[in-house]
Amino acid sequence: MNWIDTILQGVLLGGLYALFAAGLSLVFGIMRLVNLAHGDLIILAAYLILVIVSALGLNPFLAALVAMPVMFALGWLLQRVVLNRVLGNDILPPLLVTFGLSIVIQNALLQGFSADSQRIGAGALETASVDFGPVTLGVMPMLTFASAILVIVGLNQLFYRTAMGRAFRATSDDPVTASLMGIKPASVFAQATGIAMIVVTIAALYLGMRANFDPTIGPARLIYAFEAVIIGGLGSLWGTLAGGVIIGVAQTLGAAVNPEWQILAGHVAFLLVLLVRPRGLFPRAYD
Amino acid sequence: MALLQTRGLTARYGDSQALFGVDIALGQGETIAIIGANGAGKTTLLRTIAGVLRSDPGMVMFDGAEIGARPADEIMKLGIAMVPEGRKLFPSLSVEENLLIGAHGRKAAGPWNLDAVLDLFPVLKEKRAVPGTALSGGQQQMVAIGRALMSNPRVLLCDEISLGLAPVVIRDIYAAFPRIRAGGASVIVVEQDIGQAMKVASRVYCMMEGRVTLEGLPGDLSREAIHAAYFGAVA
Ligand SMILES: Nc1ncnc2c1ncn2[C@@H]1O[C@H](COP(=O)(O)OP(=O)(O)O)[C@@H](O)[C@H]1O
Ligand SMILES: [Mg+2]
Repeated sequence: MNWIDTILQGVLLGGLYALFAAGLSLVFGIMRLVNLAHGDLIILAAYLILVIVSALGLNPFLAALVAMPVMFALGWLLQRVVLNRVLGNDILPPLLVTFGLSIVIQNALLQGFSADSQRIGAGALETASVDFGPVTLGVMPMLTFASAILVIVGLNQLFYRTAMGRAFRATSDDPVTASLMGIKPASVFAQATGIAMIVVTIAALYLGMRANFDPTIGPARLIYAFEAVIIGGLGSLWGTLAGGVIIGVAQTLGAAVNPEWQILAGHVAFLLVLLVRPRGLFPRAYD
Repeated sequence: MALLQTRGLTARYGDSQALFGVDIALGQGETIAIIGANGAGKTTLLRTIAGVLRSDPGMVMFDGAEIGARPADEIMKLGIAMVPEGRKLFPSLSVEENLLIGAHGRKAAGPWNLDAVLDLFPVLKEKRAVPGTALSGGQQQMVAIGRALMSNPRVLLCDEISLGLAPVVIRDIYAAFPRIRAGGASVIVVEQDIGQAMKVASRVYCMMEGRVTLEGLPGDLSREAIHAAYFGAVA
């Protein structure tokens, strides 16, 4: 067995988990909203890409580009029409509403697409790989990981280099004082959820090209996303990537020992990190 | 006609009423002070004018227009900026970003921009990159004032800017006021420091228990009258 190979596969798998988690982390960081429908929104976006691929005959990457503005608009509307109404000091209403939304999305997808599993075809890319001496890495996992890095770099640029990002951080600190700066917190939250849905679309693209999906698998993706966010420290995007990598490596190592241990090993790694660092690896200094 | 005026302004927190018909007026170019004991309703008055607390239509007039029912972000865009009680700097923003965000919703022409504010408070120049909350109390207050100036406001609302600061620091901060007024802002200062309020303002309102109990020119108000308006009892 080649341990280096196993660990590298795990690192790359972590990129996929980081993509699942980045949108969740962004929304939580800005408005302290835990979106229990996050996994289902990823599946919804995967079906949207699938529909665009078959309707327009585009390749999956172009189809995802087309899906992005649609998902942004959906996120924006969802925040404006539903989620902004339940944000407040009490964390229970948003949990209940997003839990309900999760069920609604799953059932709507079952109605529209049946329970059959689907896949976004990526042609030769699905099996392409590159030899690096002793290890061989798949092109798809490498693309996934590179996309995760690009997403995190992009989000950090947005947060720390633009006026919009400044307004996001200020609103996250203190929405009332932010409104005295001429910022409308309700529309900042809507923009943030819209951007999170763009990230969700990217996650959906790789999820759908790498494996089969059906309307019910959203909640399982949500768990990986949660674990990555919590391991990383709430609100830190690089921490989220680190969290994804830790789960990914634990899973591939577990699977190398015994294929049945893959999922379990990821959850055990999550619990171990929480035992040692209850606030995650890179917690924010204030909260 | 007054630039900013409240008429029978009321405000409530849930079931408890905090303002009971407050009438104040601020003329163009004027600086007025609002004094009163803790809990008198001074902060509530400024927060209501700024739109953080909504009032009823007709209760707040600004430049001839009714603004009472509008939200804070819209009122800021009209040119009313607030230096909130307790400074309220954004902890995840640097000093420079805290200043820049003051102009987020309103990019009006005027004397104030980043350079002009750093010129007004030169100690902030070498602190531009540090988090706002890493500064001393006086420097934080300077950032809070500078942040409000960045939008070139027509009205500046200052809530207890001397609270918790050493006398020399208070003097430094109030030394900026002539330039702030020369920049075109009309100012309302809320102060518990009566001496400071009398020095900076051309008219003074005294509040107690959600009402204006005394109004006048600083020179005309006797210690006894202020004491009575402050504490209710005649000394
Ligand atoms: N957030 C709040 N919730 C409930 N009551 C409040 C709140 N803020 C202030 N009050 C009450 O309103 C009254 C006026 O308070 P405030 O405007 O802060 O007075 P001041 O600024 O003059 O010290 C006080 O009785 C205070 O207890
Ligand atoms: Mg007060």
